[in-house]
Amino acid sequence: MAGFVLEFERHIVELEETIERLRALPTTSGVSVEDQIAELERKATELRRKTFADLTPYQRAQISRHPRRPFTLDYVRELMEDWQELKGDRNYMDDPAIVTGLARFAGRNVVIVGHQKGRTTKENMHRNFGMPRPEGYRKALRIMSLAERFGRPIITFIDTPGAYPGIGAEERGQAEAIAKNILVMSKLRVPIISIVIGEGGSGGALAIGVANRVLMLENAIYSVISPEACASILWRDSTKGALAADALRFTAPDCLKVGAADEVIPEPLGGAHRGSDVTISAVGETLKRHLDELSELGPDALRDDRYARFRKLGAMTTAPAHA
Amino acid sequence: MTDQDGAGPEWFHREHGGKVPKGEDSRPPNQAITGMWTKCDGCSEFLRNEDLEENLQVCPQCSHHHRVAAHVRLEAIVDDGTLEERDLDLTSTDPLGFVDSKPYPQRLASAIAKTRENSAFIYGLATINGRQVAIGTFNFAFMGGSMWSVLGEKVTRLFELSLEQNCPAIIINASGGARMQEGVLSLMQMARSTAALARIRDAGIPYISVLTHPTTGGVAASFAMLGDVHLAEPLALIGFAGPRVIEQTIRQVLPEGFQRSEFLSEHGMIDQIVDRRELRSRITTILSLLLD
Repeated sequence: MAGFVLEFERHIVELEETIERLRALPTTSGVSVEDQIAELERKATELRRKTFADLTPYQRAQISRHPRRPFTLDYVRELMEDWQELKGDRNYMDDPAIVTGLARFAGRNVVIVGHQKGRTTKENMHRNFGMPRPEGYRKALRIMSLAERFGRPIITFIDTPGAYPGIGAEERGQAEAIAKNILVMSKLRVPIISIVIGEGGSGGALAIGVANRVLMLENAIYSVISPEACASILWRDSTKGALAADALRFTAPDCLKVGAADEVIPEPLGGAHRGSDVTISAVGETLKRHLDELSELGPDALRDDRYARFRKLGAMTTAPAHA
Repeated sequence: MTDQDGAGPEWFHREHGGKVPKGEDSRPPNQAITGMWTKCDGCSEFLRNEDLEENLQVCPQCSHHHRVAAHVRLEAIVDDGTLEERDLDLTSTDPLGFVDSKPYPQRLASAIAKTRENSAFIYGLATINGRQVAIGTFNFAFMGGSMWSVLGEKVTRLFELSLEQNCPAIIINASGGARMQEGVLSLMQMARSTAALARIRDAGIPYISVLTHPTTGGVAASFAMLGDVHLAEPLALIGFAGPRVIEQTIRQVLPEGFQRSEFLSEHGMIDQIVDRRELRSRITTILSLLLD
């Protein structure tokens, strides 16, 4: 298989390669390798189960960033019909780190907004590694406002290391662009569903994530800061990412526990990067179910439902005042 | 994202003998320092502490804005004795059981001991020139004014109070960004506080955001940048990403004055740069022009 093998799945991949080599042997030699292949396959399945049953948070972070995971446009291609991409923020430029457009999903006309990463260096240069500039957020805002005017549900795919920290981005108001999206999304009177399909990187993720339902793939993460950056600040050592990953509790089950996520969508054994089709159809089914549920709510109820969802997120108590 | 113990090196003010890191952001040490001098961070003049206090920690010579204690700042803006502070006793429950070099509850305890406040944000109802307002200010000395559940809750309640009382909302911002110790919940505070702000906007209630040094990260990328009017103190660092993060990303030294109030003003992100000593009169006038 092409590309990029994570350290902890190397032994699985090696075994799979051996199996493939055996399969490719000419069968005319008279020696049957069938038994050997069956045995190796049993071993590979067992190894996969063992490795993936007990992933550390940092391993999940690595999976969440895997370049072979399905990206926004892969979901669009497989799940949507009549996709019409709409581009540009009408002020300054088009930001390819976010894609937006119109599509038909499961019989409904919907609006799509999603971060888009690249798989090759060239694609990643074009997509800025999925790190939007203010124009990406402003394009998303334009399209989400369009969705409200035409009463279309909004589906957002979250997959970004974060908003781009650059000079131009600051000059053109990165903070304001993110803030504005959060504000406007909280008021929209159409259903909004967000799915964290890979990396949910802080404010850059939340800027398209103020939804009625926030779903997460099993190995996706949603974090206030990357484990590496957190490690460099709190441990003063960016190689302590694994320690920070344990502390930050950014995995899908952890996000579910504190209410930041509403449902976790299982990935096939071995991760979404080794089973795109299964992952994409699981996402499609889950999306459809939530969309059906939300379609029961009227415009004001949708906005109020979103308010109530976020209003309760926090952990606090009253303590005796200091003096 | 910044250091969480109050300040990165660029915000660390040496004064009162240069040893105590509490800076001017804890409660004013009043009598204890009478007659002592402070070296101005702007012009390096030695200033009498009394003069500094009288000028709300703004240098009378060069107008450099030093950090000022949260209560002092609030009381200088509102009418004397009118502040009814709310929710003094809210504090976090350590939702993640976060431990780095110290457990989070221990960091919270030392922030409480150092600032003699329970939280990084104080707010309540008050009047300004007789007009009722819901007003709050960050207490930067409390873990860098970082965004946490309590802060999100208090800001949300400030906006809800403003809606309920139909009175203007004012927030004086100063924050280094997210509080990593609350993980994704810290991030979620941006959404809940901003959603509450959306409601007062729809109700036609004005909100003035005052940006002071520094306002970055999650606070900048939510309610701080959503005022109907943005007033900034001179030379305040304001932005989404911190300068160090940007330098590491682009591998260039940032230009002089980048992300300072004057830079933001040039780029259209703030309405006015206002001397701290004039904030009260400026807010009074703006509210009157909007509402009377």
